[in-house]
Amino acid sequence: MSELLKVPTMAEMMAAGEVPEVLFWVGCAGSFDDRAKKITKAIVKILNKCDVKFAVLGTEESCTGDPAKRAGNEFLFQMQAMMNIQVLDAYEVKKIVTGCPHCFNTLKNEYPELGGNYGVIHHTQLIQSLIDEGKLKVEGGDTFKGKKITFHDPCYLGRANDVYEAPRQMLQSLDAELAEMKRCRTKGLCCGAGGAQMFKEAEKGNKEVNIERTEDALEVKPDIIATGCPFCNTMMTDGVKNFNKEGEIQVMDVAELIATAADL
Amino acid sequence: MVAIIVFSILLLVGIGAFAMNVGRIRANILLGRDVDRTDNKSERFKTMALVALGQKKMFKRPIPAVLHLMLYAAFVITQIELIEIFADGLTGQHRMFRGSLGGFYTFMISFIEILSILAFIATFAFLARRNLLKIPRFTMKEMTGWPKLDGNLILIAEIILICFIFMMNGADEVMYQRGLSHAENLGDGSFSFAVSQWVGPALFGGMSDSSLELVERIGWWGHIVMVFSFLNYLPFSKHFHILLAFPNTYYSNLEKKGKFTNNEAVTNEVKLMMDPNADPFAAPAPAEGEVQRFGAKDVTDLTWKNLLDSYTCTECGRCTSSCPANQTGKLLSPRKIMMDTRDRLDEVGKNIRKHGKDYDDGKSLLTDYISAEELWACTSCNACVEECPVNIDPLSIITEMRRYLVMEESKAPSELATMFTNIENNGAPWQFSQADRLKWKDEN
Ligand code: SF4
Ligand code: SF4
Repeated sequence: MSELLKVPTMAEMMAAGEVPEVLFWVGCAGSFDDRAKKITKAIVKILNKCDVKFAVLGTEESCTGDPAKRAGNEFLFQMQAMMNIQVLDAYEVKKIVTGCPHCFNTLKNEYPELGGNYGVIHHTQLIQSLIDEGKLKVEGGDTFKGKKITFHDPCYLGRANDVYEAPRQMLQSLDAELAEMKRCRTKGLCCGAGGAQMFKEAEKGNKEVNIERTEDALEVKPDIIATGCPFCNTMMTDGVKNFNKEGEIQVMDVAELIATAADL
Repeated sequence: MVAIIVFSILLLVGIGAFAMNVGRIRANILLGRDVDRTDNKSERFKTMALVALGQKKMFKRPIPAVLHLMLYAAFVITQIELIEIFADGLTGQHRMFRGSLGGFYTFMISFIEILSILAFIATFAFLARRNLLKIPRFTMKEMTGWPKLDGNLILIAEIILICFIFMMNGADEVMYQRGLSHAENLGDGSFSFAVSQWVGPALFGGMSDSSLELVERIGWWGHIVMVFSFLNYLPFSKHFHILLAFPNTYYSNLEKKGKFTNNEAVTNEVKLMMDPNADPFAAPAPAEGEVQRFGAKDVTDLTWKNLLDSYTCTECGRCTSSCPANQTGKLLSPRKIMMDTRDRLDEVGKNIRKHGKDYDDGKSLLTDYISAEELWACTSCNACVEECPVNIDPLSIITEMRRYLVMEESKAPSELATMFTNIENNGAPWQFSQADRLKWKDEN
């Protein structure tokens, strides 16, 4: 299957004298984390299927600096940002789609002040517009018929950037039952990974945040917990395992669900 | 005549003391660093109208919102009656607008009376909620002592105030019926105010003429004394939000919540480091004493908006009850962050007034009030910012203090220090080589 993936790099495109429509910013999790790599591939399959002319930076991509910034290391963040901006500007990048809400937020909101101005969207927004434009048909609707899906709002997509509808509209095209958790949208509870928590042990408390959030999800008795962030994915997957429910409940990125439904 | 003099003194002292207290708080807030919030005036007015005046965010929790609205409406509308009380007090007349305003006067006072009854009910409900129902956000650690007392005092004061209003209007009604009221007699036999025309005769109907006079005067003076006490209690209380909610929402952060501020001092240094041709001596060294800390150790390192936030905080705890860290038993409470900031700022302000501008008491917001453990528990999820009914941003204070810990003291938790090193060396928070970034493409 993977040999079918077309993943041109910016360098290759440039050498061939071509200019991509959009840069796919894969992100660190999407590049290195085994679970997240699958999400990356699902996004690529959708882009390939719709003939979106895109490219990745490949080995020229580097961390946006998000975890450093949230942890208070403004020096490191700005170093990363300025190096990335040099690369992006050298390729005259105008439009970026990211596979991660943290990259999305940082590139979109925090790079402009350091001189990096791009049109940045999250992959759910891109995929939704492909569906809206009729370029992507989600026909294998049967795959999810009768399944109950609940969507966990990633903080950096929802509250941080007010993107609540795109992922939900995508799920609606699946012909599945969409069930909301009691804390959703603006009230959605964090999965516990944000603010650089992903990279450290939690402070002393009486519970892990991802367990609290998984309980919210279990309450609606879903077949699938959907999300739009590789870190939320890790946290919710661990949470589901903690309740020994990994046999019954899948944690999936909306991009993966769409790719599956579209038979990719 | 004596009454007019006493009233005038009361008015001067009441308003003068209030002005002094406000000035003190303003000076404290201006100890903060500068931040520009003068752009986009129309958007700012809109935010203020919706969030402060319209209480938009309160309605996320409908029951307290309705009760709060009753109190708020009574508070705002009752102020109209104060105009007459001031005028009467200064001229020695009684109900001087009744003759000229006629039916409209009856309507206004009736409206105020009805709102007062609603406020009376709401006050009891709030007292019960605070003290009988065990609502977690009112019983947490930071809500013991003064904050708890403060919450109850104002409710009790509200009840007393409303009692005074009905003593004043009720006794006057009976006096008017007996033709004894000092108000101009229009020959109509009753003031016809919605509530006091019933309550008055029922409560005070059996009293002698002289007792009636006494009750009416106690009501009138009690009312005005309560108003002035309230005014001067505000600046020492969370109830200052009644006023500060307006500027605080006007100066709201209008950017996306995910956008953290850019630290410009850092930008300059990073640019120097990145540019091989830059002359490190070209930039003029900042004058001694002007060197700004990176991040915040004490309240004076925060922006004036952070400090305004701290005085505006209503201590309602909506932020804390939505905080993932707090809900899972961590030490962090965004409400406590705001209360600590305010308490420390009060302390710093007092020190400056007592000992002069450069006095150092050896304490700071970080460690003496807020611990590193609290700061590191935050997931930067913005739930607290989203929930706050008066647009306070506890997360920006947390971030500034993390910046200080990391950049000035190199005190990040060790796993985070490792994460920093990884980003520096490999361009990723984990120990993977940047050269392997595209490997996923060929894996199965
Ligand atoms: S941003 Fe931090 S303090 Fe605010 S609710 Fe989230 S975890 Fe709590
Ligand atoms: S910061 Fe806002 S939400 Fe939190 S206690 Fe204060 S007023 Fe309430």
